[in-house]
Amino acid sequence: MRRKGNLFSLIPYYIWILLFVIAPILLVVYYSLLDLNGHFTLNNYTNFFTSVYLKMTLSSFWYAFLITLFSLFVSYPAAYLITKLKHKQLWLILIIIPSWINLLLKTYAFIGIFGNKGPINAFVQAIGLPNQQILFTDFAFVFVAVYIFIPFMILPIFNALDKLNPALIDAARDLGASKFTTLRRIIIPLTMNGIKSGVQAVFIPSLSLFMITRLIAGNRVITLGTAIEEQFLVTQNWGMGSTIAVFLIIFMFIIMLFTGEKRKGASRHGKTQ
Amino acid sequence: MKSLVRATIGILLVCGILMYTAHAMDTTTGKSGKNILTVYNWGEYIDPALLKKFEKETGIHVIYETFDSNEAMMTKIEQGGTNYDIAVPSEYAIEQMKERHLLKKIDHSKIPNFKNMDADFLNLDFDKKNEYSIPYFWGTVGIVYNTKLLKGYDFNSWNDLWDPSLKGKIILVDSAREVMGVGLNSMGKSLNSTDSDELNAATQKLIKMAPNVKAVIGDEVTQLMINGDAEAALTWSGQAADMMYENEDLTYSVPEEGSNLWFDNMVIPKTAKNIDGAHQFINFMLDPKVAAQNADYVGYSTPNKAALKLLDPEVVHDERYYPSKEIRSKLHVYKNLGKEKIGEYNELFLKFKMSIR
Repeated sequence: MRRKGNLFSLIPYYIWILLFVIAPILLVVYYSLLDLNGHFTLNNYTNFFTSVYLKMTLSSFWYAFLITLFSLFVSYPAAYLITKLKHKQLWLILIIIPSWINLLLKTYAFIGIFGNKGPINAFVQAIGLPNQQILFTDFAFVFVAVYIFIPFMILPIFNALDKLNPALIDAARDLGASKFTTLRRIIIPLTMNGIKSGVQAVFIPSLSLFMITRLIAGNRVITLGTAIEEQFLVTQNWGMGSTIAVFLIIFMFIIMLFTGEKRKGASRHGKTQ
Repeated sequence: MKSLVRATIGILLVCGILMYTAHAMDTTTGKSGKNILTVYNWGEYIDPALLKKFEKETGIHVIYETFDSNEAMMTKIEQGGTNYDIAVPSEYAIEQMKERHLLKKIDHSKIPNFKNMDADFLNLDFDKKNEYSIPYFWGTVGIVYNTKLLKGYDFNSWNDLWDPSLKGKIILVDSAREVMGVGLNSMGKSLNSTDSDELNAATQKLIKMAPNVKAVIGDEVTQLMINGDAEAALTWSGQAADMMYENEDLTYSVPEEGSNLWFDNMVIPKTAKNIDGAHQFINFMLDPKVAAQNADYVGYSTPNKAALKLLDPEVVHDERYYPSKEIRSKLHVYKNLGKEKIGEYNELFLKFKMSIR
């Protein structure tokens, strides 16, 4: 803790935070208080509490929950397996690389894959079943979103698992814990911070997903992100768009409070001891 | 430290080279001087041979650039740094551009070919007396559908969309005015309605159609319809023409209750440098032969009366492309309803979309 000498070098950091984090948030709050003609109003906030936006908020949370849950179910075992492999950094890279490809490109690819004449339906027909409508369903939406978010879930969990001292697991086994008990009482609690980081990295962006909602779900799923996009680009009602954004920011803080507790002194990627 | 310095120098060097190349490309293509005309149009919206012909006749070199949305085009012109001499916005965009003073007046004395235009398409609400704009192409909003997948449907009425047998088969365009227009038109109301009761009633009616809706999307619909992935879609006549060109099972219908009539129009943006050339270009495009060739190539409907005589009679008499006077009298151009009403349309459209489950 060399606090004194570092104060000066922190200045660029504070300027950065002020300009690119605090100022934009204040601007969003400011715009949320303006109506279409630029007059001060609280109407945007009362509008938000109409059934349309409340329903949208609920459905955003529901889909974000589903996406996070499935990502976690896929990522935890995957991350665990990777830590057991010989070339784990290589395997990790293989999982990370797809996240470098532009999100839109990946989404467009899925339009083809899920289409009536896509490979999945070709397979379905080959085994004698009738053609399935896959595109524009909840399944397609959650599937693509999970696919996109998996790297962000695997990475923190992998880091937490990788740093887990194997002696602890051996000790648990020696003391008679079954495999399942070891997982439940030792491994999962010790990697909880990795899970929390992963949940944060998936849940929060899921709340504001857009584009995929249109391309894959055909707007049958509408999230807060879609609504913001539409308010800014189509309706040009910046006030309402900002108001939704303010609520989104509030939700994010709440989620971070829930997933970020008990992290005193711990590094970001796990390892509480 | 040494490698850091090296990396920094390397990055600066690459930046320098890129900047120089960009500058060099700018000077060879971008700047419009006396003998250069920059045309800013939608993609695939002109016969390239006509540009060559224009260059040959006038000695003016044409630079052709494209955009894919009115909003993007407006932003680019508004921010400056461009020198487009001709742009081709849709009617509602022209109203907005007029409000923001982005357009130059057109000097009609320099456009003798203006007489070739069909008077039905002139002097419209969005630009009285055509002070700022000359119609380029026009079209309608209607339903494109696959006759192989949907047998026995003709979509002569908007209310056909509510048919329970169409469950999960209709694709709508993700645009508030078009979809709300379906609701309003199906009840025999104006698609420029500003009456909140009517708008709410239209929304309630649309919500009853929700089970039939497969998806609400944008331009992706073209490929889906061509591939036979979707049965029916609400779309613009131009887009429908593209689809029908690729897939012969598709056909297009404008329901009897009426629909939207849209225009794309040539304008001279404020940023224009070669104003004389711009007028020459507009006059050239209004020449009957040129307009006919262009309409033939692009596949949209031309507002040029003299050109119609030169076009394939089969196309001109095809009511899908050139609806009869009787139907045309039921078509309406969107009026600029003001930000508040547009906001209301969008809120109601959102409510409708939320009901699709």
